[in-house]
Amino acid sequence: MRTVIFRSIAPYLTSLMVLFSIFVLLRGHDEPGGGFIGGLIAASALAIYGIACGVAPVRRAIYFHPMAISAFGLFMAAAAGVLSIFAGVPYLSGLWIYPHLFGVELALSSVLIFDVGVYLVVVGAISSIALALEERDRD
Amino acid sequence: MAGKSEGLQDLSTVYALEPLAAADWLIVGPVAWCILIGALLLMLRKRTDVQPLIAIPALVVLVLMTLGLVWHVAANGTQTMTMGRWLPPFGISFTADLLGAFFAATSSLVALAAGIYGRSDVDDSGRRYGFYPFLLLIMAGILGAFLTGDIFNLYVWFEVLLIASFGLLVLGSGRKQLDGAVKYAFLNLIATTLFLATTGYLYGLFGTLNMADIAVKASELRGTAPLMTLVTLYLLAFSMKAAAFPVNFWLPASYHTPRLVVSALFAGLLTKVGIYALLRILGMLFPFEREELSFLIAIAAVLTMVLGVIGALAQNDIRRALGFLVISGIGVMMAGLALGSPAGLSGAILYAAHSMVVMTALYFAVGIAARLGGSFELTSSGGLYTRHGLLAGLTLVLFFSVAGLPPMSGLWPKIMLVKASLDIGAWWLAGAILVTGLLTTISVGRIWILAYWRPAPPDRSGDAGASPLPLGATAALAGLVALTIAAGVWPEPLMALSQEAARGLIDPSAYVLSVFPAEVQP
Repeated sequence: MRTVIFRSIAPYLTSLMVLFSIFVLLRGHDEPGGGFIGGLIAASALAIYGIACGVAPVRRAIYFHPMAISAFGLFMAAAAGVLSIFAGVPYLSGLWIYPHLFGVELALSSVLIFDVGVYLVVVGAISSIALALEERDRD
Repeated sequence: MAGKSEGLQDLSTVYALEPLAAADWLIVGPVAWCILIGALLLMLRKRTDVQPLIAIPALVVLVLMTLGLVWHVAANGTQTMTMGRWLPPFGISFTADLLGAFFAATSSLVALAAGIYGRSDVDDSGRRYGFYPFLLLIMAGILGAFLTGDIFNLYVWFEVLLIASFGLLVLGSGRKQLDGAVKYAFLNLIATTLFLATTGYLYGLFGTLNMADIAVKASELRGTAPLMTLVTLYLLAFSMKAAAFPVNFWLPASYHTPRLVVSALFAGLLTKVGIYALLRILGMLFPFEREELSFLIAIAAVLTMVLGVIGALAQNDIRRALGFLVISGIGVMMAGLALGSPAGLSGAILYAAHSMVVMTALYFAVGIAARLGGSFELTSSGGLYTRHGLLAGLTLVLFFSVAGLPPMSGLWPKIMLVKASLDIGAWWLAGAILVTGLLTTISVGRIWILAYWRPAPPDRSGDAGASPLPLGATAALAGLVALTIAAGVWPEPLMALSQEAARGLIDPSAYVLSVFPAEVQP
């Protein structure tokens, strides 16, 4: 699989796919998309990079261990639910704030934090499996 | 956007709008706490020295939270919190009644003991594989199962604890461990699939997954819907989880392979989650169908308890013998479920709590003994009494307790169950419980005489008194032993608690009222 064409195109393809996965994650609240599918796209981006250039550059690129990314996502998702303790509403209630930044109204919510958590869990878990499988291939 | 749906419906009919009291957070707090700390520990996977320093205080907090929940529920009745402010049955409800809270508190105590014991039992490689994160995550699954009020959510928590238990089983990835894990995983996956399929069927019949809603609708559907099929399938699925005869063979095949603290945790908690699900679904949601099946359950119970203890008599590996004793105890709990009377159910509940503490402690004791005496084999161990009198004494207390001899905690639930079976004239069930007690006494007596009382084999008498007792592990063991003695000597509060919990199962009106307050009845 390590042809010149594939190796040259893979970094661009990977960065595009990661960008697209973030787009899918953010549109997910109202339209098709969300953390789970976004995470899958990002994980496949990392897998493509791994197939083209080897596992070590991927591990260097994501810096943290995939399991740690996944764990941080789980922590974020659970913590997003705990936020509702301050609002006096049940666990995992959606809480919204609408700050104005540079004249644009932003809709931020605890749901978004939860979804980003899901995204990280999926990225971490799937890329952990994918990288382990690719490493085994080269033995 | 939040605002978009406003045009469709008046939100006040969909959302719960009154603010929550702080104490209500105890309902979901234990589960969220376990997930948060579990995730934190997973991030610190490589820092094996820090992990127990976070995990053990976190487990102490968990014990305090669940004890607080028992107190809250005992004082104020069944409590419900529905996730995301939705109104039930649309939102996922967490409903803590006395049964769930009691089991949650007992299992948290056991987990704390396992956390302390694990400090010395699990080495650095086991910690890098994630012993402490998995311990917290399996507790999230167990507590979620005990506290949820939604039958599909119950399935999800079963999955959570199953995945965490796979992780714990293969800790270290030895050949024997993988062999045990495959057997364990295979049957548990079948049981979970059956559980899921049955839940799909239930949803098709009822159109709801909320347990309180099901309890209300079951009486309307009885006679028109095939509820017997549903309940029989649930009985089979949860009997596999609880390791009842004839679907119990996976337990002795897998429980002796993992690290000892993992075996202890599984023996104490996992089968009891199956018993809890049986009590909740057969005992509370479908009492009429349970009545129809009671003879079948009683037969399975008798076979489970008698064959379990006979299996224990035949073993040479002490861990395998304990695995069979776990099964035998499941039979006693199933007998309480078969009886179905308040006395029978409360006996089963109390026995389950007793078994959580005592089975875990027994594995701890055997583990410490093996570390000191060097063997799990009866044929090659001995002389522990002369070298470690304290350990031998603690173990004897546990053996008395598991056999149901006074003054330990095993006595009272057995008395309740025997009395309950004699009350309805089921002398054979009472007889089976008593015979099981006798056989258990013989089988644990055999272990004690061979491994503890008998002088050490001549080739090993040289290292007498060489190794001191491991401090943390012995403290964890002694704590659990103290619990079983306390519950045996002063059983009234726990008996009252389990009787109250059984009343809540037989008459679920308080449960339903907590989920659907009178003004929002569907």
